[in-house]
Amino acid sequence: MPHANLKLDEPVGDEVKTTTCYMCACRCGIKVHLKNGRVRYIQGNAVHPVNKGVLCAKGSAGIMQHYSPARLSKPLLRVGERGAGEFREIEWDEALALATRWLGDIRTSDPDRLAFFTGRDQSQALTGWWAQQFGTVNYAAHGGFCSVNMAAAGMYTLGGSFWEFGEPDWDQTKYLLMFGVAEDHDSNPIKLGLGKLKGRGAKIVAINPVRTGYAAIADEWIGIRPGTDGLFIGALIHELLVHDHVDLDYLVKYTNAHYLVVRNPGGADDGTFARDARGEPLCAARSSPSPARGGRPGWGQSREDASSQGGPHPNPPPRAGEGAQDALAGGGGKEQPSALSPQPSSKTPSPPNPPLEGEGFKVVPADAVGISPLVVGEFTLPDGRKAVPAFQLLAERFLADEYASETVAPQCGVDAATVRRIAAELADVAFNQAIHIAQRWTDSHGREHDEMIGRPVAMHAMRGISAHSNGFHTCRMLHVLQMLLGAIDTPGSFRYQPPYPKAVPPANRPGKSRKANGALDAAPLGYVHAPEDLLVDAAGTPRRIDKAFSWEFPLAAHGMLQSVIRNAWAGDPYRIDTLFLFMANMGWNSAMNTTQTRAMLAERDAATGEYRIPHIIYADAYWSETVNFADLVLPDTTYLERHDCISLLDRPISDADCASDAIRQPVCDPDADGTGRDVRPFQDVLIDLGARLGLPGLTNEDGGAKYPGGYAQYIVEHERAPGVGLLAGWRGRDGSRSGVGEPNPHQLDVYKANNCYWHAPVPPAGRYYKMANRNYLTWAKSLGFVGSTDAIVLELYSERLQTFRLAAQGHGAQQPPERERERVARYFDPLPFWYECVESEQPVFYSPLVGESARSAGEGAAHGISQASVAGETTTPFSPSPRPSPLKGEGEEQFPLSAITQRPMFMYHAWGSQNAWLRQIATHNYLYLHPDTAAAHGVADGNWVWVESAHARIRVPARLHAGTAPGTVWTWNAIGKRKGAWKLADGAREYTKGFLLNHVIDDLLPAREDGYRYANADPVTGQAAWFDLKVRIYASAPP
Amino acid sequence: MYPAFSVLFFTTISGCGYGLLFLLGLSLAANPLLFVRNESLLVLAAGTFFSAAGLTSSLLHLGQPQRAWRALSQWRSSWLSREGVAALVSFVPVLALAAAIWRGDSGAVVRVAAVALAVMAVITVCCTAKIYTSLKTIRAWHNGLVLPGYLAFALLGGAAMLWMLLAASGSDDALVRANLPAIVAILAAACAVIKREYWRFVDTTPAGSSAESATGLGRFGTVRGVEAPHTEENYLTNEMGFVLARKHAARLRVIALVLFALLPVALVVPAMLLQSMALVTLCAFVVVLGVIAGTFVERWLFFAEAKHVVMLYYAGTRAQE
Amino acid sequence: MTMLPPPSPKKLGLVIDLDTCVGCHACAVACKEWNDGGQFGPLPDENPYGKEPLGVWFNRVHTYEVRDEGLGARGQGEIKSSASPATFPVKPPKSAAGSDPRGRRFAGPWPLAPGPSPTMTIHFPRSCLHCETPDCVTVCPTGASYKRAEDGIVLVDEDKCIGCKLCSWACPYGAREYSEVRGVMQKCTLCVDRIYNDSFEEIDRQPACVMACPTRARHFGDLGDPDSAVSKLVAERGGYDLMPEMGYKPVNKYLPPRPRRDGCGRVGVAASGAAEEKVDLSTASPLLRWMDRILSR
Ligand SMILES: Nc1nc2c(c(=O)[nH]1)N[C@H]1C(S)=C(S)[C@@H](COP(=O)(O)OP(=O)(O)OC[C@H]3O[C@@H](n4cnc5c(=O)[nH]c(N)nc54)[C@H](O)[C@@H]3O)O[C@H]1N2
Ligand SMILES: Nc1nc2c(c(=O)[nH]1)N[C@H]1C(S)=C(S)[C@@H](COP(=O)(O)OP(=O)(O)OC[C@H]3O[C@@H](n4cnc5c(=O)[nH]c(N)nc54)[C@H](O)[C@@H]3O)O[C@H]1N2
Ligand code: SF4
Ligand code: SF4
Ligand code: SF4
Ligand code: SF4
Ligand code: SF4
Ligand SMILES: [Mo]
Repeated sequence: MPHANLKLDEPVGDEVKTTTCYMCACRCGIKVHLKNGRVRYIQGNAVHPVNKGVLCAKGSAGIMQHYSPARLSKPLLRVGERGAGEFREIEWDEALALATRWLGDIRTSDPDRLAFFTGRDQSQALTGWWAQQFGTVNYAAHGGFCSVNMAAAGMYTLGGSFWEFGEPDWDQTKYLLMFGVAEDHDSNPIKLGLGKLKGRGAKIVAINPVRTGYAAIADEWIGIRPGTDGLFIGALIHELLVHDHVDLDYLVKYTNAHYLVVRNPGGADDGTFARDARGEPLCAARSSPSPARGGRPGWGQSREDASSQGGPHPNPPPRAGEGAQDALAGGGGKEQPSALSPQPSSKTPSPPNPPLEGEGFKVVPADAVGISPLVVGEFTLPDGRKAVPAFQLLAERFLADEYASETVAPQCGVDAATVRRIAAELADVAFNQAIHIAQRWTDSHGREHDEMIGRPVAMHAMRGISAHSNGFHTCRMLHVLQMLLGAIDTPGSFRYQPPYPKAVPPANRPGKSRKANGALDAAPLGYVHAPEDLLVDAAGTPRRIDKAFSWEFPLAAHGMLQSVIRNAWAGDPYRIDTLFLFMANMGWNSAMNTTQTRAMLAERDAATGEYRIPHIIYADAYWSETVNFADLVLPDTTYLERHDCISLLDRPISDADCASDAIRQPVCDPDADGTGRDVRPFQDVLIDLGARLGLPGLTNEDGGAKYPGGYAQYIVEHERAPGVGLLAGWRGRDGSRSGVGEPNPHQLDVYKANNCYWHAPVPPAGRYYKMANRNYLTWAKSLGFVGSTDAIVLELYSERLQTFRLAAQGHGAQQPPERERERVARYFDPLPFWYECVESEQPVFYSPLVGESARSAGEGAAHGISQASVAGETTTPFSPSPRPSPLKGEGEEQFPLSAITQRPMFMYHAWGSQNAWLRQIATHNYLYLHPDTAAAHGVADGNWVWVESAHARIRVPARLHAGTAPGTVWTWNAIGKRKGAWKLADGAREYTKGFLLNHVIDDLLPAREDGYRYANADPVTGQAAWFDLKVRIYASAPP
Repeated sequence: MYPAFSVLFFTTISGCGYGLLFLLGLSLAANPLLFVRNESLLVLAAGTFFSAAGLTSSLLHLGQPQRAWRALSQWRSSWLSREGVAALVSFVPVLALAAAIWRGDSGAVVRVAAVALAVMAVITVCCTAKIYTSLKTIRAWHNGLVLPGYLAFALLGGAAMLWMLLAASGSDDALVRANLPAIVAILAAACAVIKREYWRFVDTTPAGSSAESATGLGRFGTVRGVEAPHTEENYLTNEMGFVLARKHAARLRVIALVLFALLPVALVVPAMLLQSMALVTLCAFVVVLGVIAGTFVERWLFFAEAKHVVMLYYAGTRAQE
Repeated sequence: MTMLPPPSPKKLGLVIDLDTCVGCHACAVACKEWNDGGQFGPLPDENPYGKEPLGVWFNRVHTYEVRDEGLGARGQGEIKSSASPATFPVKPPKSAAGSDPRGRRFAGPWPLAPGPSPTMTIHFPRSCLHCETPDCVTVCPTGASYKRAEDGIVLVDEDKCIGCKLCSWACPYGAREYSEVRGVMQKCTLCVDRIYNDSFEEIDRQPACVMACPTRARHFGDLGDPDSAVSKLVAERGGYDLMPEMGYKPVNKYLPPRPRRDGCGRVGVAASGAAEEKVDLSTASPLLRWMDRILSR
């Protein structure tokens, strides 16, 4: 009998429940099969809008995470020194009473002395609100070190962004440019999308110093030098402008390209928009719409009278075979100089002669319809001031030699011909291969259109751009490139995911002052609109512990978690009392300068003998590196044991065609798994704590707990605004309302019966041009996503940035302190520009401070630094000495290599290594480098090398990889682990051979003249500049 | 290939055993009265013991030895199964011969049993060799030099042992003084020649497959591994990724040659001239040790130097390479 | 029975698209998860939290690089950068290996042109190919390793296996893994316990790895039927066998990376011409062109 026991029809298990994966922030739908009460199998939920049935490696390994031996099992109270890992198990009552006492004291004295930072939090709609009720400004999640550059650049430019707020039109794009994406938050949707592109034969271009993963399957790989994308993008813009391959019609319809910018150097209005009495921005328009001077149509413009039909793209641009070829060949290059204004030949473009008001031009409100705006020329306003259209300023900047292909080529390592070819390809696809969808829609001005025209070039970018200190402007530049191509939210291009687009920037400003009940007037995080919104005191000193929203980092929309420990330790700008962390591994991979960071957590004040950070509360689910540094550890459940809510008020999981939200439901019971774990969902604990503290919103009039049922009750009953709660689906008493409606007591049950998600499809007429599409905006308004159906104007030119620059130049009520002026003025350029990453721009130190001490201590160990830190943090109080003076101008030569990290697709930061399956894929990491780089350094495959930055050095094993750009070295992120963490056995490779690049990344920049050191971050947004790291390498004996 | 001790031990020892049985069978078939009864029985017992010990050791190599009987079922396709069957079938002539000798027979029964024994011994050794030579995945095994090698080493081991056993049991005749030592020397030389040819083959024959054909990516250029699927070893890399440095291999080859060829030849000459039977016996004993040790080293190399094609998938990604 | 069955018309197998695979290991882990808890499991892990974890997997994902300086010219593989291949000034460090060059400078200029070198990175999943004439079956002494007559799936009957490992030696593709813990050979089952499973919904009757693959680079079907979707894909894309020289006739096929393009979607567009076309910005301000442009909003 062949195979007697083969069973072909065995059921998977005895029960199946749907919920949402939490092995990363992608939040895919899963079906959890249970057998005899244990998890048997987790599969992707085929009907779920996020992953459509697929499941990544981490998701499949969720079962091992759920049963990980590194799970915490009981509240812990520290008994030994910080960092030593000596704890006493305590009961929840004691833990909560203690936390209530610490926090209660703070709340009555100074709520800002609580720093509540929540890391990779998926419940920010709760935690941010909780912080607001507590009354502390010191709240943020991980965004500040993650990708706030991307988010902020998008929000301040488009009212949406890459990250997970937008996506390429996977079904229709013909050409995708991917900048610096290894994995993304949208892990599975991106992979599904790339699969689709492959199926359709669309071209994928990866701009990335490293060719792995997505870049591996790209049709073309551009191995750019890290930090220079702004040059590459600038050169693309340059080429498009030179060849007149820009969609001017799109620009004047959807962007502020035609807005008149006042030219008044030194004046308080310089660089602001010319406005009428009502404050409406103005533009110059033809007084007669007929072609007065025989202009010829250019890209994206028809040969007929463009205004005759009105509306977006009234006429399709020339299509293939209809003169497109000749347009291409002709480009703008054969343009005859206009008789009107013969200009002296000049390398840098100079403006045309000012046309005179009345000579066929008039100044009108820029947002008016039926006008024919002008995008170049200098105009005299009725009040006599001079103004030019924003587009002209942009064109002047990017037509300059600075952004010429030949200029940028040697800097970014992409040859000029390639830059030109890519630009031509973009133009060809956008304009000659435009998409026309027969779909009636109404624009925000009420005009009907029969079709939707698409520019099928899509862009996507992530941390390769944003994790640099020039990332904000680079990303903004990328959005400008998209605008020039008319490729924002059109068929085939980048698309917004609802609830985006929102106003530019969204209306909510960060909370600043406390109400009578102690709560902040608004959530601590938000969008600064003007200098007045900054969180600074009268002297301009930061009010937040992380210095977000200060003059140092004015648009730090996500806060700056990476600066909290340093600042709290230094008492700069002030001392705090309690550091309350939730799922942020700040003692390890979330920190730069990890060694000193841990030392700071463990250091006592010499004068008082108390810890410099008096109390640390940490909520984690596992024995991470950070647990040992907490005074009080609150053990969380695993993701299969709790209710959770993936809210549209937080980072949404929508796709471009559907607004979605979701929940998690407990599928396993921690009490019933026989391990005796006594853990509680953190969200329940937070709500409980809030009630114990008597926080407004969490207590009833009688002082009793408002949500004794915990988070599940809160999700259902809490209303942020009337009718708006955490979940948008099945609202209203009877569940009949979407978006806005009364709480529905059965809401969670309906979600559970519906695969734990809700989604609302965007109406067909609202699928594109969302920023100016009445069909979309009306729908969005009905769901509470936008406040009005007015068009959202894309900001090619950011007047808002200019207001900060003006403040720095001495205008306005709120001005930066003297020492910040120059920096603010420089970086708050209303137009995007490229600058060398801040660290490289400044004189570089060579200080052996940390490296030196670590070296001797760690000699013989795999990575000196972390070994040294073990002693440093537990016994010797750590006290950084002042740095020696810099060796000026030596940076590039001393540290010639860029060092970056990539996310491994099979690991999630630090969590993965406790996972029996995932760690088998990589128990340790290598430093990858191009064979030429290796040869230049005398390094052979498999050798050990020292990686040394100006800050410190580590010893690591090296491997060759020809798919790495020469001049760059890289490694997988967060594979190395601190000895003892994550409950691995002694000698685990993660401890001995795996390494963390973070050890050599300084958290501060080299000192300013007066000795002050800024955070190693983007000067606009405070985004941690992980990838600015410069190193040198040299061979070493194996440890 | 990982040189697992049990397998090396098995093929070496059982090879000697079958060599012994073969020579016994051959001798008795030619002349049932060649040896005195006790000598025959001693040799038979020794041969059986060694072959059985080898077999037992190979059972230890199994994950589920209690199911070993199942291995007899697939003789139609599997050389391993055939080897098992042959090994078991060999016990029939062994027992028959033993009984006949015990009874003092010296006629047809002994001759038939002896022929059967010799044939079964050869078949069994051939089966063993075929297990290896049939593996297309291992160039160093899948060739025509392996089978002769196995047979020659079995004969060499068997002849050396026979010599030693007869000498130790007090025989003092031409067989012990001249014929057997001469046979041993010739076999040792033959083994050396075969092995030399084999090593030349191994060193010079290009592999039939490459990382390019293993991945099918050769059409695009040269293929090199960047990352293995796992950073630590797994079953495949442990079992089939054994890496032996060339330097060590060369040294071990010399050691093997010295032990199984040079030493026997060197001792056989004095043994043939020596008067003292005790010294002859000692020589024979040392020769046996040398042959077994040499064969063991040779077998170790046979595994250690054999490259399995699957390792092409790991090309460039393993630390030892 | 380890004699091979007569060739079956039905040849179930996988088709793996190397043009699309991003090397995410999802297939490998999904496979591990499905089989670990199922009737072919467990897939033992030795030392799972220790120094050198070692486990049984039926599917593993490799990463290769392929280099050929001449690829661009042949229109295959990676395009060649139009400039000369990246030149990286090779400057051996002045210090000897292991010593500390601190304080010494590397002489500049350091690499300014790290252009793309003509190289491909290929991710490559590897599991049982369910060969038509595999020796892994015929060498098995017990009949534990067998090929199903009805669909060609190669399985191990663990109740018969004695753990002699011979079949794993006979497999050129490294598809069989053994662990001392269980003492039996284990391998990909082509999810035979899923694909025919009547207790499943139709859409779940697919191999776990195929269902999980986020790029949908894995396809499952009957390669014996020339009209099946997988057969057509193989025909269209030139699906190929691994190590055909072994003569095992793998059923699973690999789809090669498509020729990389340096042009845009359409072939033969004049785009590159436009790219090279020089626009003379010196004679007039380029801004002038836009003076006369009639735009509307
Ligand atoms: N060199 C370098 N460093 C980097 C980056 C880089 O690219 N390069 N990237 C940065 C970025 S973008 C990020 S987002 C960070 C990520 O870094 P972290 O957010 O610090 O890393 P995680 O490993 O995600 O760890 C967060 C903590 O959450 C805990 N946790 C996991 N699940 C749960 C749960 O269910 N409940 C609770 N309470 N806790 C849980 C984990 O045990 C862990 O301690 O790393 C940053 N660090
Ligand atoms: N599997 C997995 N998925 C994850 C995570 C994880 O840990 N594991 N983490 C999640 C989190 S918190 C985040 S923030 C996201 C991050 O998602 P990604 O942004 O995709 O993550 P990174 O790995 O930081 O990728 C940065 C990429 O940019 C490239 N790069 C570096 N510098 C430059 C540059 O100057 N220019 C260009 N063009 N490219 C550059 C790097 O080579 C790398 O490929 O991933 C999320 N998804
Ligand atoms: S991408 Fe993977 S880990 Fe992240 S939510 Fe989806 S399945 Fe889970
Ligand atoms: S891949 Fe290996 S295990 Fe699978 S059938 Fe072919 S030879 Fe046998
Ligand atoms: S290990 Fe098991 S399946 Fe493989 S050949 Fe031996 S008995 Fe057959
Ligand atoms: S078909 Fe099934 S057993 Fe085979 S690799 Fe895929 S998941 Fe694993
Ligand atoms: S799941 Fe798909 S994309 Fe990922 S490694 Fe496997 S085949 Fe490749
Ligand atoms: Mo992140």
